[in-house]
Amino acid sequence: MSSLTLKQLSPGQKGIVIDVRGDGILRRRLLEMGLVPGSRVQVERYAPLGDPVEIRMQGYFLTLRKEEAGMVEVACKEEN
Amino acid sequence: MQRRELTIALAGNPNCGKTTLFNKLTGSRYHVGNYPGVTVEQKIGEVEFQEYRLKLIDLPGIYGLTAYSPDEVVARNVLLKEKIDVVINVVDATSLERGLNLTVQLKELGIPMVLALNMVDAAREIGLTVDCTKLSQCLHFPAVPVVGTKGDGFPGLLQAVIRAAEGNSEFNHIFYGAEIEKAINTVTLMISENLDVQYDWRIKESFLLRWLAVKLLESDRAVKAEINTLIQDGKLEEAVQKGFREVFRLLGKDPEAVIINQRYSAARKIFKGVVSENKWKRITVTEKIDKIILNKYFGLPIFFVIMWILFRLIFSLGGPFTNAIEWGFSSLSTLLITFLPEGLFRSILVDGIIGGVGGVITFLPNILLLFLGIALLESTGYMARAAFIMDRMMTKAGLHGKSFIPMLLGFGCSIPALMATRILENPRDRIVTMLVVPLMSCGARLPVYTLLAAAFFETDIAGSVVFSIYVAGMILAVIMAKVLRSSVVKGPSEPFIMELPPYRLPVMKSVLIQMINRAKMYLKKAGTVILLASIIIWFFFSFSFSGNKGLIQYYPAAPEKSIAGDIGHALEPVLTPLGLDWKSGVVLLSGLAAKEVVVSTMGTLYSIQDNTDLSSAQDGSTNGLTQRVREQSGLTPLTSYVFMLFVLIYIPCISTVAVFHQETGTWRWPLFLVGYTFALAWIVCFVVYRGGLFLFYS
Ligand SMILES: Nc1nc2c(ncn2[C@@H]2O[C@H](COP(=O)(O)OP(=O)(O)OP(=O)(O)O)[C@@H](O)[C@H]2O)c(=O)[nH]1
Ligand SMILES: [Mg+2]
Repeated sequence: MSSLTLKQLSPGQKGIVIDVRGDGILRRRLLEMGLVPGSRVQVERYAPLGDPVEIRMQGYFLTLRKEEAGMVEVACKEEN
Repeated sequence: MQRRELTIALAGNPNCGKTTLFNKLTGSRYHVGNYPGVTVEQKIGEVEFQEYRLKLIDLPGIYGLTAYSPDEVVARNVLLKEKIDVVINVVDATSLERGLNLTVQLKELGIPMVLALNMVDAAREIGLTVDCTKLSQCLHFPAVPVVGTKGDGFPGLLQAVIRAAEGNSEFNHIFYGAEIEKAINTVTLMISENLDVQYDWRIKESFLLRWLAVKLLESDRAVKAEINTLIQDGKLEEAVQKGFREVFRLLGKDPEAVIINQRYSAARKIFKGVVSENKWKRITVTEKIDKIILNKYFGLPIFFVIMWILFRLIFSLGGPFTNAIEWGFSSLSTLLITFLPEGLFRSILVDGIIGGVGGVITFLPNILLLFLGIALLESTGYMARAAFIMDRMMTKAGLHGKSFIPMLLGFGCSIPALMATRILENPRDRIVTMLVVPLMSCGARLPVYTLLAAAFFETDIAGSVVFSIYVAGMILAVIMAKVLRSSVVKGPSEPFIMELPPYRLPVMKSVLIQMINRAKMYLKKAGTVILLASIIIWFFFSFSFSGNKGLIQYYPAAPEKSIAGDIGHALEPVLTPLGLDWKSGVVLLSGLAAKEVVVSTMGTLYSIQDNTDLSSAQDGSTNGLTQRVREQSGLTPLTSYVFMLFVLIYIPCISTVAVFHQETGTWRWPLFLVGYTFALAWIVCFVVYRGGLFLFYS
């Protein structure tokens, strides 16, 4: 296990949210949309122009920009 | 019998099916679409059930009770400040865990609640079942499975609502952990000591104090601001700060994060206890479609192809219908001309009403196809995907990915599009989006292009000519956004966080209903505003100031000498540099009332001319509007294109300006809009006309 941010995962990689950095409205927004510690996430794909990124949550899909994805700390298993 | 009245609010995450449920329950026809943020204001409807009259309030979707965007503020204010007997908490079964997170928050308000577990059909499809009995037990209030689109489970839902309203609901607070609870208690105490009864929150007092304390610890800005007006004592602020420091010292996190996490854990615990299936990997149809639609290489081309097909279809599918209606109206005119004696009455009927109103009705098929296209984009789920694909480009232009949704709606009508900008959190993003939305060519402008393109261009390129006008509008919108963002409305843009809904098959019935509504609205407008405008315009074209006595007299057969002619000539200095004459001036001026009037005015004007010529030619038949325009407007392919561009860009219709005022609350922005669009229209048209002259005619 190693700690990364969501931005560093490539499409297909899974992780578990550890924390959301920063503070204020943005962090709150991310938390309320379900990116709370313990949530399982998977990076689905990047938009054709490279940003934003689509991630799979439990039962729904979220999209956020790389900048916001960089605030989400995740733990992920190194897969080969 | 006197029915007992109950007020019921529908609250839930965006796109969980609140409006669908509301429509089905109350028989209303409000807008439903498959993307978050369709409903942006509260809607009220009624339903009678047993001896009760239920007043239902449909609300915009929310993720929590801290509001960010204007639509969320609407929902929050209704929930906190209106007298509500029961809240129906609509939860999408397929994203139950997040839905429950809101449930937990709503429960803190202490209003009797019923959970409507919606979309159980969709959940079943992906192999997910929810145990509603268990869910009710965990929540301490009823949970009823429903299918909003079909109406399954509604009697049970309403029964539960009545029981919740009449019975003694059981409430329990969520426990936030010892550290937080301690802080909550201190702050609660401080508030209760200082707050007198003058507050306007509708929450029961026992819940209110605790809820306010929690919100203060969560740094909710709205609550903080409101409390500060009620309690000027610095001690409260001090207590909150102290709570903050204490929690931070003990847990290493600020209370806001802890509270949100605790709520989520509570929701997760309930969730885990009630669902049967919880597999990580589900290959759904949505994923398969997105593999192609959002593909790295195909995503953008597909987006442009979809847009292109949309406009091409409108033009080519609409063509035959339009021709048929046009033929119908010109036959009618011929008939009337043959049987009625020449004079004032015949002229008002044939030139004023049939020429004007008929000219507008002719384009009903195109308008319907346009709205059909938009409805399909909205109901399938592509709308949110378009926002996802375009976000990067939009950001570069100083807009926001979500701006794309109102902009696309703007192809239908600017008014709902301006309302839809409420989904944008940042006021700067919102104002810029509102300022460029009118550049997205609305449905009322489509008839103008269709008419002129058919009149002045070969059939096989006419569709592309119209499409190019739309593209010009989009390009100008992007340029203007960039310009405005670096001059008038500077400042950083908002982050982009949005949910992608699953693809759904459009509910044909609701799409059809929307089409019928559209058709009704269009015909109603044709029969009222446009009818009135046509008669006024006819009057202006048929009467003139008789020079000597200062009287107005009927002076048929010479529109150029009419009152309208005088007005048109007065406008000529502005329009001549663009290659347009007095006729275009009158037509454009009349279009300020509503853009459809551009076509009706042309209809009236050329009908008068044509029928005057007809009287002398005596060949016994009238021409279609297309042919009249070609022969009489004096436009060339180049100037007709300039005219189309001018109609695209120049001052939006009165209603748009009014809604702009209503949404911004000032006159500054709507006036700015009027000024800048006029200036832009003139400049663009000047450049295109002069450029065109140089290229094609020199
Ligand atoms: N399969 C299925 N789809 C549903 C059901 N209820 C609603 N939908 C679909 O879900 C989508 C969203 O419905 P809306 O009623 O617009 O949702 P909303 O909660 O009002 O959304 P906002 O106004 O954006 O907050 C639409 O495409 C509906 O057709 C249901 O019970 N089953
Ligand atoms: Mg809605």
